Amino acid sequence: MIWIAFQMLTGDRAKYFGILVGISFATLLIAQQSSIFCGLMLTASSQIYDAKDAPIWVMDPGMQFVDDIKPLSENELLRVRGVSGVAWAARFYKGLGRARFSDGKFQQMMILGLDDAYMVGAPREIVVGSLDDLRQPDAVIMDERGYRYLWPGEPYILGRTFEMNDRRAVLVGICKASRTFQTFPIIYTRFSQALRFAPQERKALSFILAAPKPGLDAKELCERITKQTRLKALTREEFAWVTIWYYIRRTGIPINFGTTVLLGFFVGTAIAGQTFYLFTIENLRQFGALKAMGLTNLRLIGMVLFQGIFVGTVGYGLGIGLAVGFGLLAERSDRLTFFMPWQVLVGTAVAVLLIVVLSSIFSLRKVLVLEPAQVFRA
Amino acid sequence: MNAAVICRKVVKVFGGGEPVYALRGVDLQLPFGELSLLVGPSGSGKTTLLCILAGLLYPTSGEVEVLGHRLHEMSARELVRLRAREIGFVFQQYNLLPALTAQENAAVPLLIQGVPRRQALQRAAELLEELGVADRMHAYPHQLSGGQQQRVAIARALVHQPRFLVCDEPTAALDAESGRRTMELIRRVIVRPDRAVLVVTHDSRIFDFGQRIIYMNDGMVVREEVPSQQKHLIAGAPS
Repeated sequence: MIWIAFQMLTGDRAKYFGILVGISFATLLIAQQSSIFCGLMLTASSQIYDAKDAPIWVMDPGMQFVDDIKPLSENELLRVRGVSGVAWAARFYKGLGRARFSDGKFQQMMILGLDDAYMVGAPREIVVGSLDDLRQPDAVIMDERGYRYLWPGEPYILGRTFEMNDRRAVLVGICKASRTFQTFPIIYTRFSQALRFAPQERKALSFILAAPKPGLDAKELCERITKQTRLKALTREEFAWVTIWYYIRRTGIPINFGTTVLLGFFVGTAIAGQTFYLFTIENLRQFGALKAMGLTNLRLIGMVLFQGIFVGTVGYGLGIGLAVGFGLLAERSDRLTFFMPWQVLVGTAVAVLLIVVLSSIFSLRKVLVLEPAQVFRA
Repeated sequence: MNAAVICRKVVKVFGGGEPVYALRGVDLQLPFGELSLLVGPSGSGKTTLLCILAGLLYPTSGEVEVLGHRLHEMSARELVRLRAREIGFVFQQYNLLPALTAQENAAVPLLIQGVPRRQALQRAAELLEELGVADRMHAYPHQLSGGQQQRVAIARALVHQPRFLVCDEPTAALDAESGRRTMELIRRVIVRPDRAVLVVTHDSRIFDFGQRIIYMNDGMVVREEVPSQQKHLIAGAPS
């Protein structure tokens, strides 16, 4: 009977494609919008993941997310270093500065200052130059995206200079860095150099980056640091999630994307449900005849569910394919964020399953209550 | 008489508020090997009786025995099984599945019984050949003429070799000549010594095909004729 169900479904091409379009559209909308949302959230926490050699981030207890800087004093660094189990603890500066170029142009920059001794929190990949070049006077390494923004279409040229806080900065390298939420160009420099580029403050230590001694769990060390210093110590993943949750809680981003995802779900359900329903209504006499000929309700349910699941699977495949196509296009663009983790695939699959089950149930009602004797009535 | 179908005082009442008596105590016997016609005006209870005999409706009261099965005592599930195995249907509007070819449509009752597809299609092909539509085996219903669709519907009704066959108005949509050809076909192909056939009709042009004609009016069997023998009048019924 599954074969008959398949023939019935694909036999009416117009309705079959109508249901497919509905489900594909819903899948595309749900997967694409969820992936853009995930991309944005990843952007929000990208700097935390970029500092891949720092498993622990220590910060002021009042900090809510990565850009909510409440500077620490140098004493705090010494206290963290005094906690048993700390292999090393390094300074990390994060702040904004304004660069002035020789042509008089100004540009806001994100400054990341790496501990002069440890160089922890360095960019994940240097494209031109080397990390050691940062030890030169006034040296900075800029991210590729920032370079392309400031000098569009020009080849990577080292030695370019500009001013920050009336100090000379010399470009000694180009690196890869994840996109940030603010989209400003990022410059990496030594901690001591960063303090010269940034406006002077009494306290300047944004974060303390630390690592546990071999054999000690990072989470356990975080608890020790928090207990002993009363500072907030989080593992990299924890801090990333704290930042993501801040954006989810405090901004309208999830509501905006959630609304579109819900719309996709409802539109998909409406299109697929209505077409499926029409398909069933038009075949009601045939279903009645099948019931009269001895087809049980259970097998009819199986037939309709098979039709739903088949069309759902094909529609899901098409929709995900289109979403991935969009993602590949987004990857080429500097303006779009797109990240499709497996959770988006599973979540979308669950939504599509819900759509086809709802559509099937909606249609099945008519078939199940249909009296087979009806086929003998005019 | 070796009866395939026996009805005793069958009553069927529809409706919750104002009850409608569709059958008012029907007594009837249909023998094996005969083509019986159930005739009467619209609203006389023909279709209701057909549905009860085919196991599609329960009687409100009375007894119904079909092929030795006491339908009024059977569960809905048992009735479904009986219909799938023992009863063949020819619907007035054929009700062929538009997405299936003639051969596939004819194989449906076997597929419902769980017979492997290849085997079911083979059996359907044999029947279509017997019915003279083998050349249209791979055509879809919309590509067939009315007569061809009807032959496919007959093949579908016979494919699982049912012992009781019900036909609902098989000639209603046909002209006189086509109607006669259809009835000849039914008599030639369907009627067998081990099978009972009941045709519901109000088409008087085909009455001479019936080996037994049962007249209904107002929910009752008012007359029963066996044309080959002498007219047999039911007591109290108009002649």
